[in-house]
Amino acid sequence: MTTLDKAPAEVPQESMATPAAVGVSVPVHQPRSSPRRLRNLIPPLLTFAVFIAVWYLYSWTRFDNPAQRRNALPYPHTVITDGFLPLWDDTNGFRPILGYMWPTAKVTLTGLAISIVLGVTIAIIMNLSKGMERALFPYAVILQTVPILAITPLLTQLFGDEIGVRLVVVVLIAIFPVITNTLFGLQSTDRMHHDLFTLNHVSRWTRLRKLELPSALPAMMAGIRIASGGAVIGAIVADFFFNQGEKGIGYYIRNKQQRAANRPEMFAGTITASMFGVVMFLIVGAITARAIRNWHESASKQA
Amino acid sequence: MFTLTGWARAVAATNFTEDMMTDTALESGLSGTATSPRLRFEHLSMVFPDGTHAIDDVSFTVNPGEFVTVVGPSGCGKSTLLRIASGLTEHTGGVCDVNRDSIGYVFQDATLLPWRTVRKNVELNAELHGISKSERTRRAVEAIELVNLVGHEDKYPKQLSGGMKMRCSLARSLVLNPEIFLFDEPFGALDEITRERLNDELMNLFNSEKFAALFITHSIAEAVFLSTRVLVMSARPGRIIGDYAIPFGAQRPHDLRFEAEFAEICGQINDDLKDAHS
Repeated sequence: MTTLDKAPAEVPQESMATPAAVGVSVPVHQPRSSPRRLRNLIPPLLTFAVFIAVWYLYSWTRFDNPAQRRNALPYPHTVITDGFLPLWDDTNGFRPILGYMWPTAKVTLTGLAISIVLGVTIAIIMNLSKGMERALFPYAVILQTVPILAITPLLTQLFGDEIGVRLVVVVLIAIFPVITNTLFGLQSTDRMHHDLFTLNHVSRWTRLRKLELPSALPAMMAGIRIASGGAVIGAIVADFFFNQGEKGIGYYIRNKQQRAANRPEMFAGTITASMFGVVMFLIVGAITARAIRNWHESASKQA
Repeated sequence: MFTLTGWARAVAATNFTEDMMTDTALESGLSGTATSPRLRFEHLSMVFPDGTHAIDDVSFTVNPGEFVTVVGPSGCGKSTLLRIASGLTEHTGGVCDVNRDSIGYVFQDATLLPWRTVRKNVELNAELHGISKSERTRRAVEAIELVNLVGHEDKYPKQLSGGMKMRCSLARSLVLNPEIFLFDEPFGALDEITRERLNDELMNLFNSEKFAALFITHSIAEAVFLSTRVLVMSARPGRIIGDYAIPFGAQRPHDLRFEAEFAEICGQINDDLKDAHS
């Protein structure tokens, strides 16, 4: 065990004059050895293998005619050969998909950034007083429950048909988890810590900056992690309905839906889009781990 | 090991020169530090909005160089005394006289900010008081030495044992060099051995730094070992029902705890507490 091996070096130095600090400190970072890391990869890879096998099995049993199969649920390898390949060609395969992915990624990231700034600000305002919270919170909930697809004509009339309206859709979806989680974090600040700051006669601003915001950070990051997935979906859905200006991956997928012969490309576009969502999720997770790894309990749990 | 630190001396020297400059300052300096109590409760009472009568007619003072401990049954209003003294709770009757700008409050929990290292936690109070970066760094270094945390400055609270956390919390209060310390059962959550060790160290710190202290605890032995005076509080509403001047001198060896006179005082206080419950 790495913990036991490291412990003696961490025992406080005892001085002659005083029996020094009591207790043994615990090393926080346990470098994970690479065999262990590899072993951690086995379960998800097994799940993936099962998923692919079921896909093959279903596609094989459900469709007798190869052409019919290809136009409905093509084999995974057909998705690769007819959807993703050639990897680097101007008109077919993976490169155009990436070309469509880029505007969607921009909308996702910009929309997520707006949601974070706006959501955290709104949460801070709600945290100022119970009255503010009561005044604003119901509308934050309504924002979340509005069926966006139902109001697309209205959105077009209000915000046009280009990047602006797509950002609106992303923010509508992504802002709620940021608001609720940040507010939860701000309100969960330890009461004794509040007392400590009260005893130091601090201003409201100092209390927010040095106590409430750092203490809310883990919850806030959890909210942003949920929001990042929502932002990707929002951007793709917006591509479906608002397709002026730069065309995104949603446009590509919708376009490939039109003809059954394009089914492998549709799958390739969908898989790429969801991979982008996964990458977003992982990036936010990595940022979170970095920001709180030294002090938060969640950081010391073995992944 | 425990000596009057450089900055404490510097602060004392500054006060002295300032006092010499004007006669009024000299007078206020004399009356403010030498003679008047650091904390004065007079006929203090506290009734919470829900009708709970927590404290009833409590009067005592804590003078410079005094270490006063209040013992009493759970829920008797001991902690409320400290919250009133510090201004966290407003009392409903009587007088509470204390300089609220010079209080060192040591909480039941260490209340360290988990996202700050030991060094940054120790600097916190000074930082919130707007003391310059170089000055608070210097003070933090000395406070960390005083509480024996040298070598742990860059660790985060979750890497520390319970005892080390309390040392860090103590250092955070020492940095402001307060006139009076309020201790709210600071060692209650520690194991017996750690607790006794920290008691020894706190006593040495008290002897070298000459602050005034109001200490709250459940432990009679801890009270008798640390204090110059022990007050016994009754069950709610809290009243002072026992008052003991502790006759041991300033330097108290660890083994004092096992001497007959020590046990006798503990026994008397214990009898008082039994009455307090009934």
